[in-house]
Amino acid sequence: MKSFTFEKAQSPAEAAEAAMRKPGAKFIAGGTNLLDLMKLQIETPGHLIDVTNLGLDTIEETPQGGLRIGALVRNTDLAADTRVRRDYGVLSRAIVAGASGQLRNMATTAGNLLQRTRCPYFYDTNQACNKRDPGSGCPAKVGYSRPLGIIGVSDACIATYPGDMAVAMRVLDAVIETVKGDGSTRSIPIEEFHRLPGDTPHIENALESGEFITAVTLPKPAGGKHIYHKVRDRSSYAFALVSVAAIIQEDGSGRIAVGGIAPKPWRDETAEAELPKGAAAVAERLLLGVNPTEGNAFKVKLVKRTIAAVISKAKQDN
Amino acid sequence: MNNPPPENNQGASSEDPRFTRRKFLMTSSATVAGGMMPPMAIGERPTASVGEVMAGATVVESSKVKFVVNGVSKAIEVDNRTTLLDALREHLQMTGTKKGCDHGQCGACTVLVDGKRINSCLALAVMYEDRSITTIEGLGTPENMHDMQKSFVKCDGFQCGYCTSGQICSAVATLDEVKAGVPSHVTEDLTAAPKMSPHEIRERMSGNICRCGAYSNIIDAITEVADAKP
Repeated sequence: MKSFTFEKAQSPAEAAEAAMRKPGAKFIAGGTNLLDLMKLQIETPGHLIDVTNLGLDTIEETPQGGLRIGALVRNTDLAADTRVRRDYGVLSRAIVAGASGQLRNMATTAGNLLQRTRCPYFYDTNQACNKRDPGSGCPAKVGYSRPLGIIGVSDACIATYPGDMAVAMRVLDAVIETVKGDGSTRSIPIEEFHRLPGDTPHIENALESGEFITAVTLPKPAGGKHIYHKVRDRSSYAFALVSVAAIIQEDGSGRIAVGGIAPKPWRDETAEAELPKGAAAVAERLLLGVNPTEGNAFKVKLVKRTIAAVISKAKQDN
Repeated sequence: MNNPPPENNQGASSEDPRFTRRKFLMTSSATVAGGMMPPMAIGERPTASVGEVMAGATVVESSKVKFVVNGVSKAIEVDNRTTLLDALREHLQMTGTKKGCDHGQCGACTVLVDGKRINSCLALAVMYEDRSITTIEGLGTPENMHDMQKSFVKCDGFQCGYCTSGQICSAVATLDEVKAGVPSHVTEDLTAAPKMSPHEIRERMSGNICRCGAYSNIIDAITEVADAKP
């Protein structure tokens, strides 16, 4: 690990200001992904800003009837919140489908959104990787691509966003609130938060330099059946090959987002209109422009089948 | 590598009465780290400057931190890079907590912070100011074991024992999580209070790997304590 200086921020604005002032600085909260990457020298911040003393660890009801989740609410606490379990079950389900009990006790809401890909080429510093080392190339397409992306990917990068929580937040139409180094604030809808790689795969989200996430807000509950179906190589403690977050209403309409297949939680509202026609119709629309490798073409079929399982489960529970 | 270089990594031999398994491992890790040093450093007798070379010739940034370990207040000064795991093992000489993968994948380093289980290998010591840390040494002693320790002994919940302190800390916290209503991936009804079962234990303990494969006995040990404390 490279040496770094360390400070504890006392307010969100101060944290953002400190990050803007010190190039190469990073915020640290749970640290479960950042510290891992620092040990491998994939991340080499010269300065760490500890943001765990800022509060931001409560879940509050909004005047619109939704919830405002503080950026530092731990994954366990978010999944266990009685309001989340009752009204946003897909979010609880997605969180407990990821990582381990220990990691969920450490990981924060904002940090989970910012976790980096688990592409094996990104993790192996002996390999080229356009995300880790822009311009160095991408060996993944002709290499081991089983866990990697099939849509939204580019010639430069086929890495996936690995998380579960954000896939549920995508079907819930979450909004990410931030403060910038100059003190200004803004709200970023989650569909605009994660970026597609294009030819700049090292830029993964809409945050500007030093911009700090303060909260994630959820609109008022959507009702319906909340389902998170994760398909993976082990039954626990593994990243998704394909995961489907869904809210299915009694009339068969609903919302669907898919994880494990793209650089961001993958949702297409026009595909959801196909729900009454069944999984094949939804998947066909959702995967328009799909561009798999030989190693991950199986995911095309797996998306359709996982959506079918979700539709079937929604019917069973009625 | 956060291990401080041994004072003399060439003096230890298997005949040396001071030679221990621990010293051997420290020597090995320093030798491995040596392979990553610039060629000029290889073959040279380790000196104080080795630490600086390993740190990329930068000034080592350190901080003071104090926290409570097993009820006792501890104040140490550490390189900022020091994990909570290394602070416990290398600075406080509390080696009950084990280093397995050092990347949050195996759970051997599990400790409780304010009663909640975490991977101490993915925690920076400087971020745990004023927190209360419980390690396996604080759960019980050989003379006065915690119920979970007794149950692991009774049910033979280990073979080599390397993952055991992490398993036991994790198991103790798991029962508290169920009591607090934290759902798991296999919890049927999200809105009801979760119930303990072997299925739930398997899922909730999936962050603790046992290379010997003592899982069925580990589940028995946890089940026994869970049943005794509904």
